[in-house]
Amino acid sequence: MLVLDNVDAHYGKSHVLHGVSIEVRAGEVVGLLGRNGVGKTTTLKAIMGMARRTGGRITFEGRDLHGVPPHGLAGLGIAWVPEERRIFRLLTVLENLRTGLDRPGVTPARREGLLEKVYAYFPILKERRNQAGGTLSGGEQQMLAIARAVVLEPKIILLDEPTEGLMPRMVAQIQEIVHALHREGVAILLVEQNVPLTLDAAGRVYIMEKGAVRHHASSRELRADQRVIHEYLGV
Amino acid sequence: MDQIIIQTLHGLVNGMVLAMVASGLTLIFGIMDIVNFAHGDLLMLGAFVGASVLGVTGNYWLALLVAAVVIAVLGAALQVTTLRPLIGRDPLTTILATFGVSLVLQKYALWQWGPSVRQISEPVHGDFTLFHLQYPWYRIVTAILAALIIGGLWLFLKYGKYGIWIRATTQDRVMAQAMGIPVPLVYTAVFAIGSAMAAASGVLFGPFAGVTQTMGFDFTLRAFIVVVVGGMGNLGGSILASIFVSLLEAYAAIVVSPAQAVIVSFIVLVLTMLFRPTGLFVPTPK
Repeated sequence: MLVLDNVDAHYGKSHVLHGVSIEVRAGEVVGLLGRNGVGKTTTLKAIMGMARRTGGRITFEGRDLHGVPPHGLAGLGIAWVPEERRIFRLLTVLENLRTGLDRPGVTPARREGLLEKVYAYFPILKERRNQAGGTLSGGEQQMLAIARAVVLEPKIILLDEPTEGLMPRMVAQIQEIVHALHREGVAILLVEQNVPLTLDAAGRVYIMEKGAVRHHASSRELRADQRVIHEYLGV
Repeated sequence: MDQIIIQTLHGLVNGMVLAMVASGLTLIFGIMDIVNFAHGDLLMLGAFVGASVLGVTGNYWLALLVAAVVIAVLGAALQVTTLRPLIGRDPLTTILATFGVSLVLQKYALWQWGPSVRQISEPVHGDFTLFHLQYPWYRIVTAILAALIIGGLWLFLKYGKYGIWIRATTQDRVMAQAMGIPVPLVYTAVFAIGSAMAAASGVLFGPFAGVTQTMGFDFTLRAFIVVVVGGMGNLGGSILASIFVSLLEAYAAIVVSPAQAVIVSFIVLVLTMLFRPTGLFVPTPK
């Protein structure tokens, strides 16, 4: 469904991605592991058209994403949950969700249904629906960022370090949501530093180092043989 | 005492008109980081269009509406042709571009309507007596209308679907795009809204002092001052600052001549830049 074929990307003059090739099939959860600064986030940004792509091709359901305007990706079924969460801080929780709900073609009934769905995932968001996004705790902001992506009814979610800096209870809740989305058939490209969580949630894992994919294996293989993990991640 | 009451009224009325001009400017600045030096000239052009429509139809309210719509379309066209290609470039280029647009609009008005002052006759006549002094009803109507229009804008931004798009884009353009909000369209729409508000202010203000092709610069300057004093891009701050500065000017006019009273707003600007460059009417950052 989502195919990165030999993608190069630059930030200014520095060459950040060197021929990254990744594939995510429909409904599949794929992990992207690696240390800080190896290009995981940039890979997601390249898909979102935010990093300057200088080589290779990115296609989604066979369609080249080159030339698709940045605001056109959501309509194709690609949602992004950025590492910094990027909640609209001065908008209320409900207004944050409305940025994804108020798109053309969503009937009021479906709108209500989607709201109920994300409120069922994250009951705290319903409680806080009239509170400004900026006043939420880190964990709540992460939930809102995921909920905001879910209301877009995406085919794939690019999930960037969703558990970073969260307390264990929150991490467990996020993990549960990833499973729930997977059961619903939403594909997820999960960027993480949390190895156990990634191996648990993802079917296949790519390991990146210095802007390139160094290793690709199923989670089962990686669980059985932890040497690769030690080698690239030092854990 | 009488004078203070009259000047308070004056200050409030002028403040509301200025607030309307400034809210368009601050909305555009907030979302696009563009200081639009042609803002006052869109006001001037709106006043001329209004005067022309009034001349033909004799209906002031129709003139107000037509001016707002015509200038909204012009504003949208300006944004698409002149400013959209400059997005992401050095801010200086957009300043120069809007300055150029300002000159073009002024010269166009001179060519189209000539150098003489056009009058817009007020739609509401009559005065009322306040402590032995006469005060025209029209000024009160103007202030109320301006307040209603600003209130309408606020409601639209707060509750409207597109209002939420505008606020989301103002806060985080990249994330707004990722949520599927058509940001280039939002930019154009905001520019059109700001232009329409400027044009409406021009028609409202027209009866006070007449319409000339150079009236715009004064408004750009004053609106710019209150936008800075109120905190760049902060709508509520701009409105408060408009009233604050206008009141100060009105009170100063009791002591010195009205022409000298304008200096007060520059003093406020300089003091704000020196001691609170983020703006007077914004919460202190924590």
